[in-house]
Amino acid sequence: MAKEIHLYTPLKDEDLEKLNIGDKVLITGTVYTARDAAHKRLVDLIEADKKLPFDVKGQIIYFVGPAPARPGMPIGSAGPTTSYRMDPYSPILLDAGLKGMIGKGPRSKEVIDSMVKNKGVYFAAIGGAAVVMAQAVKAAKIIAYEDLGTEAIRELKVENLPCIVANDIYGRDLYEEGVRKNRK
Amino acid sequence: MREINVNKIVPVVKELCIDASIYIGDDVVEKLKEFQEKEESQIAKEIISIIFENHKLAVEKKMPLCQDTGVAVFFIELGQDVHLVGGDFYDAINEGVRQGYKEGYLRKSMVDDPIIDRKNTKDNTPAIIYLDIVPGDKLKITLAAKGGGSENMSEVKMMKAADGIEGVIDFIVDRVKRSGGNPCPPIIVGVGLGGNFEQSALLAKKSLLRSLNEKNPDLKWAKVEEEILEKVNNLGIGPQGLGGRTTALAVQILAKPCHIASMPVAVNIQCHVHRHKSAVI
Ligand code: SF4
Repeated sequence: MAKEIHLYTPLKDEDLEKLNIGDKVLITGTVYTARDAAHKRLVDLIEADKKLPFDVKGQIIYFVGPAPARPGMPIGSAGPTTSYRMDPYSPILLDAGLKGMIGKGPRSKEVIDSMVKNKGVYFAAIGGAAVVMAQAVKAAKIIAYEDLGTEAIRELKVENLPCIVANDIYGRDLYEEGVRKNRK
Repeated sequence: MREINVNKIVPVVKELCIDASIYIGDDVVEKLKEFQEKEESQIAKEIISIIFENHKLAVEKKMPLCQDTGVAVFFIELGQDVHLVGGDFYDAINEGVRQGYKEGYLRKSMVDDPIIDRKNTKDNTPAIIYLDIVPGDKLKITLAAKGGGSENMSEVKMMKAADGIEGVIDFIVDRVKRSGGNPCPPIIVGVGLGGNFEQSALLAKKSLLRSLNEKNPDLKWAKVEEEILEKVNNLGIGPQGLGGRTTALAVQILAKPCHIASMPVAVNIQCHVHRHKSAVI
């Protein structure tokens, strides 16, 4: 983690071409939250050729179900949830123009291939460092699926949300390479 | 015979829920420091620093360390000279959970039906409660609030005596390997050996109640724990699965007698947000 790179949403291909696995990034702009239940609904809409509650082009989805906000705070603790549960849905969203995903844990081969094809990046956030992540959230509002509670889709305004590039657009995988380097 | 009114339990449980979600135990902090010093990977070192920053911020802001504040699992030691009065004991625990998760702004993560409806119960109940009767006139309540990410990486295997200790060690190490970054390493590996199918799982969970500074009182198992820990950390998984020497902070074994035909082995994975706290009434 030599350099720290500032990223601003919506993400452009030029931004992503610079990124390599292991880079530490600070994300500023808008990110959308979604877990399994919301992903299912988004993908159902895409498959039915219907409009999504937000335009995914160039955007980042953060896999998180935050804790409730204390009064006066935009959000409660908000660390990543395990990403493999989103693997069946992510390629469809990447095909629709999604550029970034934030979560924890490795992704499937299908998702990695789809990231190469669509120039998408997967960012690892630190699971369990949920207050650190919440600190970077300046505003939050529910924009869809309020009935899902913590799993509703929220639009977050973030400043310097800290993540590590786990999969870049070149098909490299830090989960695989990092572990290989440290194995004995 | 000592009388305890179950109403006294409610605020105690409430505080346990809130405190356990914010304050991490010194044993976890010490272990993390020890491993950070030995760590060879730069990313791993930095991740552990972020975990320390998170501990500090959680206390400052009174926010839970992790958004997944877990299933409320209770281990109760009820003195046999205690007479519980004033209502239903289990209701009192659940009421404490309800109040704690609401007033602590903790996430409610329980669904009413596991498969079909999966509707959130909205107050994090029901708790999962295990009861042991012990000598004395005290009531000890231990909360181990468990997140889904690490719980999902757990497993029970009914092994054969012929698999031997080598087979058991291989299974445990392989379980950690297959878990990779999913359970938010650094983890603590809880192991239950023996008993029967369900007791092995319970032993694995109970083994996690031991402080990380305490050695296994049975030297035989203490040695096996060390061997597994070394093997697990040689996997290179590291913090968050991004590579490093700090995959597990400890391996903790609890073993019990079992049937001549059986050799149950259970692994319960615990993440670094190791919430467990006790109170005595
Ligand atoms: S595994 Fe632990 S640290 Fe990770 S999200 Fe779940 S509760 Fe939080």
